[in-house]
Amino acid sequence: MTRETPAGDLRLANLTKRFGIFTAVDDLSLTVPQGSFFALLGASGCGKTTTLRMIAGLEEPTGGQVLLGDRDIARLRPYKRPVNTVFQSYALFPHLNIFENVAFGLRRRGIRSVDDEVMRMLSLVQLDDYGSRRPAQLSGGQQQRVALARALINRPQVLLLDEPLGALDLKLRRQMQIELKRIQTEVGITFVHVTHDQEEAMTMADTVAVMNAGRIEQLGAPADIYEFPATAFVANFLGQSNLLAGEAAGTAGGEVAVTAHGARFSVPAGRARSDRGLVHLGVRPEKLHLVGSADQVPAGHQHVTGVVTDASYVGVSTQYLLRTGWGTELSVFTANSGAATQVPVGSEAVAYWDARHAFLLSRDAADSDRTAPVVDEPVGASS
Amino acid sequence: MTVLAQVPTGSGQPPPTPPAARSGRHRLLPYLLLLPGAAWLLVFFGVPLVQLAAASLYDPSGSLSTGYALTWAFGNYPDVLQAYWPQFLRSFGYAGIALVLALLLGYPLAYAIAQKAGRWKNLLLVCVIAPMFTSFLVRTLAWKTILSDNGALVGLLRDVHLLAPDGRLLATPFAVVLGLTYNFLPFLVLPLYASLERLDHRLLEAASDLYASPVQAFRRVTLPLSMPGLVAGTLLFFIPASGDYINAELLGTPNEYMIGNVIDSAFLVRLDYPQGAALSFLLMAAILAVVFGYLRRAGTEEVL
Ligand SMILES: Nc1ncnc2c1ncn2[C@@H]1O[C@H](COP(=O)(O)OP(=O)(O)O)[C@@H](O)[C@H]1O
Ligand SMILES: [Mg+2]
Repeated sequence: MTRETPAGDLRLANLTKRFGIFTAVDDLSLTVPQGSFFALLGASGCGKTTTLRMIAGLEEPTGGQVLLGDRDIARLRPYKRPVNTVFQSYALFPHLNIFENVAFGLRRRGIRSVDDEVMRMLSLVQLDDYGSRRPAQLSGGQQQRVALARALINRPQVLLLDEPLGALDLKLRRQMQIELKRIQTEVGITFVHVTHDQEEAMTMADTVAVMNAGRIEQLGAPADIYEFPATAFVANFLGQSNLLAGEAAGTAGGEVAVTAHGARFSVPAGRARSDRGLVHLGVRPEKLHLVGSADQVPAGHQHVTGVVTDASYVGVSTQYLLRTGWGTELSVFTANSGAATQVPVGSEAVAYWDARHAFLLSRDAADSDRTAPVVDEPVGASS
Repeated sequence: MTVLAQVPTGSGQPPPTPPAARSGRHRLLPYLLLLPGAAWLLVFFGVPLVQLAAASLYDPSGSLSTGYALTWAFGNYPDVLQAYWPQFLRSFGYAGIALVLALLLGYPLAYAIAQKAGRWKNLLLVCVIAPMFTSFLVRTLAWKTILSDNGALVGLLRDVHLLAPDGRLLATPFAVVLGLTYNFLPFLVLPLYASLERLDHRLLEAASDLYASPVQAFRRVTLPLSMPGLVAGTLLFFIPASGDYINAELLGTPNEYMIGNVIDSAFLVRLDYPQGAALSFLLMAAILAVVFGYLRRAGTEEVL
């Protein structure tokens, strides 16, 4: 079952899908290198599934190309594409046992002796003894693994995974993330993994594309996106950010000078998406440190002063809210490493940060400060 | 890899109810609920059935006026079979052909209503059932008008030379099979619809993603998943169709008579009760044999 088609990268070129007047996927272009683990991350309804369905051939694009190597497959019928999908709902065949579910793709391509391959696949997903069961007799996690085996056995050039772990509880989800990553490394197939869980995207993928309203907001390695987001949306979708509305006055001596709420800050030029005009000065909550007074701030650091209005102890860290003089509440996370002392609610405090940890994003005139609400979900909650 | 070993292998079964928790009254309740139905069945099915069985073994030389004697005349059975085997064969032949036609019409119809009709679904279902609001007899008589020699249909077919100038539709096997197909079609469509309506179209997408062409997806996914409805529908169609006599009576001639017509005349015209009863039992046995044979094959999921 070797494939003659030239292997290669998956490229989407100006891919667009409209439902009536509604644009679900808007002029999307990206390249997924062969053999990489690519995550498409975005909120519910942003067009992730529609994008996958166009790659799989289950949805016809309104415009644009889906290229596999040099071949445009956008108009091929789904059963003619060397692409397989792990569906959000698994979509296992209820009338077939697990063995036949996994063998389905091989049989449709006229392969007669499937036993060895199926057994190998079942053991890869640790379901060796389940071949004769029906899907309804398996737990959610087991069904998910059958769906994975059923797709993987065909050795597609690209495997599409549509929020495959969404239905699993947290613990099983973490296990499956590790497992999926291991399998991907082992088989070396290109994985395009759709998720709305930013932590899942970051832990698993080589490359993450953050999607918003049918467009890619930013694409890159998880650490690069996290450390230097391109837009305010990304800054607050992937983790949390404190974004202060300010104005930048251009680069001088490798630094960008920013005025925000009457105070002056500076940011290295390499950390500025925009160095002139309206900007957001961004700092991640865990990059902020709390001290009692301004003279405790180490040299070369920037700071703002405020009053602690809330402190939530979450074990691994304490999450503070610091109300600044102009009324914005900044989030500050201090690691529970034993080094820092607890700061009582109501006391004055100074938050400082290393200038190299801040970033500048361009800002619309209507935008003011943006700080993510304190959510009990995902950031740091389980790390 | 080892982490997965801890994945639970199945949801826990609810603990069985201890027998002591069920009081005697609760154990009797299901039987009490069965009682009215069982009584009905006994009085209106069981007793007549025994009577019919007895009648089939009466001395054939008796008559209504002279009275019948139960002489255990098993010879009645080979006698009627020898006399009426063509009508038996014709019954199953016509019903079988009508079933094939009904499947060709009914499966796409049920599929379209269940999967493609969208908001027209209910209206189309009503259309399938609507003819049943008029009597079976009236509907069959309507076909008699439609197929009649000086009707528009025959005129048209003669004009386009699909029918010889003296050719006819009425009083032919064609008319009888057509009547059977038409009259019993809803019994096939409704159970099929119920099965196809539950078919998750995402399974078809999965099949197509897994290299199944539309034909293969139909054969490997749609068809097996519609099997319960298909089995129920074919039985609900075939059983009454093979025992029917109205269609042959109204749309055919004695040359098209089915076993139902023979039974009808044995009881009501010739007043030959032993013969009528023996034919009825043979018909019942034949249908049961066909049904069980069919169900056994259907049970192995390899009917088609
Ligand atoms: N068949 C369809 N007809 C109309 N709108 C659709 C259809 N499929 C998806 N949409 C819309 O397109 C948008 C993107 O959907 P989807 O790709 O499923 O989002 P995601 O997978 O990111 O949650 C949603 O607003 C959804 O309502
Ligand atoms: Mg989705």
